[in-house]
Amino acid sequence: MAASLRSNSRHHIRGHAPASDLTEPWPIRLALILGTILFLGLFLVLPLVAVFAQALAKGWEAYQSALCQPDTVSSIWLTLLTTAICVPIGTLFGLAAAWCLGKFDFPGRKLLLALLDLPLSVSPVVVGLMFVLVFGRHGWLGYWLESYGIKIIFAVPGVVLVTLFVTGPYVARELIPLMEAQGTEAEEAALVLGANGWQTFWRVTLPQVKWGLLYGIILCNARAMGEFGAVSVVSGHIRGKTNTMPLQVEILYNEYDFVGAFAVASLLAGLALITLVLKTILESKTAHQMALAQVSGPETTVAINSNGAT
Amino acid sequence: MSIEVRHISKTFGRFRVLRDVSLRVETGELVALLGPSGSGKTTLLRIIAGLEQPDPGSGAILFHDEDVADQRVGDRAVGFVFQHYALFRHMTVFENIAFGLRVRPRRLRPSPVQIRQRVEWLLHLMQLDFLADRYPHQLSGGQRQRVALARALAIEPKVLLLDEPFGSLDAKVRQELRGWLRRLHDEIKLTSLFVTHDQEEALELADRIVVMNEGKIEQIGTPDEVFHSPKTEFVACFLGQVNRFSGRLERGKVHFATFEWLAPPEAQEISCLANIFVRPHDLQVLVEPNGQPTLAARIDHIHSAGPKVRLELTADNGQKLLAEITQDQYRTKQLSVGSRVFLNPQNIKVFPLPSQEGGKG
Repeated sequence: MAASLRSNSRHHIRGHAPASDLTEPWPIRLALILGTILFLGLFLVLPLVAVFAQALAKGWEAYQSALCQPDTVSSIWLTLLTTAICVPIGTLFGLAAAWCLGKFDFPGRKLLLALLDLPLSVSPVVVGLMFVLVFGRHGWLGYWLESYGIKIIFAVPGVVLVTLFVTGPYVARELIPLMEAQGTEAEEAALVLGANGWQTFWRVTLPQVKWGLLYGIILCNARAMGEFGAVSVVSGHIRGKTNTMPLQVEILYNEYDFVGAFAVASLLAGLALITLVLKTILESKTAHQMALAQVSGPETTVAINSNGAT
Repeated sequence: MSIEVRHISKTFGRFRVLRDVSLRVETGELVALLGPSGSGKTTLLRIIAGLEQPDPGSGAILFHDEDVADQRVGDRAVGFVFQHYALFRHMTVFENIAFGLRVRPRRLRPSPVQIRQRVEWLLHLMQLDFLADRYPHQLSGGQRQRVALARALAIEPKVLLLDEPFGSLDAKVRQELRGWLRRLHDEIKLTSLFVTHDQEEALELADRIVVMNEGKIEQIGTPDEVFHSPKTEFVACFLGQVNRFSGRLERGKVHFATFEWLAPPEAQEISCLANIFVRPHDLQVLVEPNGQPTLAARIDHIHSAGPKVRLELTADNGQKLLAEITQDQYRTKQLSVGSRVFLNPQNIKVFPLPSQEGGKG
């Protein structure tokens, strides 16, 4: 059946057969393809090119010196610091949460799953405000913290905290479906064979999700570096102190320092491009792991063969 | 090493999966846990392995007459073959088999050379030598099954537990592996317990069969015993096909359909309603009445492909019946669909129905 369909359509394309039900006439195909290319070019490629063009509008020297401004350098450092704190914590939290929610069933599991989505579903600005309400000078904990000389809002800790909050779910969200699909049989097999809990985790659970984990880390990293809304609310925009790269872009732009603004923006855009490439590679690897999880069951001889062939 | 289960119960939520189950498997025996799905057989196997805990205070699990209730799963030295094999997807066949040896504490761990030798010996035993570097997803179902078995045997287990070992294989491979597992068992003499819902598999492979239903053991016996002398209606129905007649026990006689039989010795004294079971091959098919009481019937279908010919019949009283005759008989009797035949049971099983008249259950 499938074979005959395919040969039919090939026949239609080669010969000048009457319009088939399976393909559109060429003018429509051409129009659709051109439309897609035009749209992609206008809304995706052109802006991206514009960022780099603007950044380099006054030459390489100007670009370099824009990036070497002390405030800009400090914003880059703060972003790197925030990322360096948030990504490892987010990864550990994500692994623990996914292991717990993906491998075990317990009362309250559904509620925890829903809570895990909270940081993604709440608007970042609201997240920032939430933290101000809790840790701000007039907030619930702010006064008490201040009496110990701890400042969170309008300071670096605030920036790190909100970033932690918004990046928290990425690794877990990536791993939970994978771990659920893989089930617990492999872990049980490891236990029966005499492995302890730690060995089971390192030798069985972790290797089976490694590509998904990397994918989650990359998404988490991208969000940590790019977060604007929540950070903007809690940072206080103190130059050279609490500005991250996205905030620095906004400030420079508002001051008509276009080369400066776009130079920083070009770094973020470059990061986005690298993320995109890695994401594409890892996505196919995760899909493969997912597929393997599904073929481990019964009646899979056919699926396995096609899998082994690829 | 023997396995003994004493008065084990298990409840999941409100569902009682096992009700006071007791069972003993002697050293070197190959025993089948046979039952329909939901009968609790897999749960029993998992409890023996230590993957599930029995209800608190319900009973004991003994290996070699020693209570293992407090032993961790990994310390019980059981080889467990999972229904879907649960091979480690990211490891080669070699690594899969070596896993159990590699995770041992340092002082108990064999040297890398010893591990290699043991794995290679197992690969050879399982006829898998040429697959050592493959990954599980590159193997066929039967090959995966053998890798799972090799992995379970690598840790030199004292007992081997198999959950539906052939459940997800196609008929041909299943047949092959069955014979192969039997030979393997005869060779290494490991106390083994396997779960199956396939009565044919149990009858062919096992030294003894434990028939389970709704969390209880219905009967324990050799394949001959459970097949020819079923203790309960369930066992009779589950192991092979039966024709069921409603009848009556009275003064040492059994009356059903047009027949009258002597009651079995243990039911001499009671009078009550009873179910009478006749296996299809015990239903003699005659072209003409032979003077003895018979039941007249008409042939609806004939299935002649196979070692035996199966006849689907409708008796004159409307009851649907099954009979099984040899190819020889089929040819000499010249039966065809619509033929009128006369049936005579050769061998019956009587199960008195519990009733107000005080019959025994």
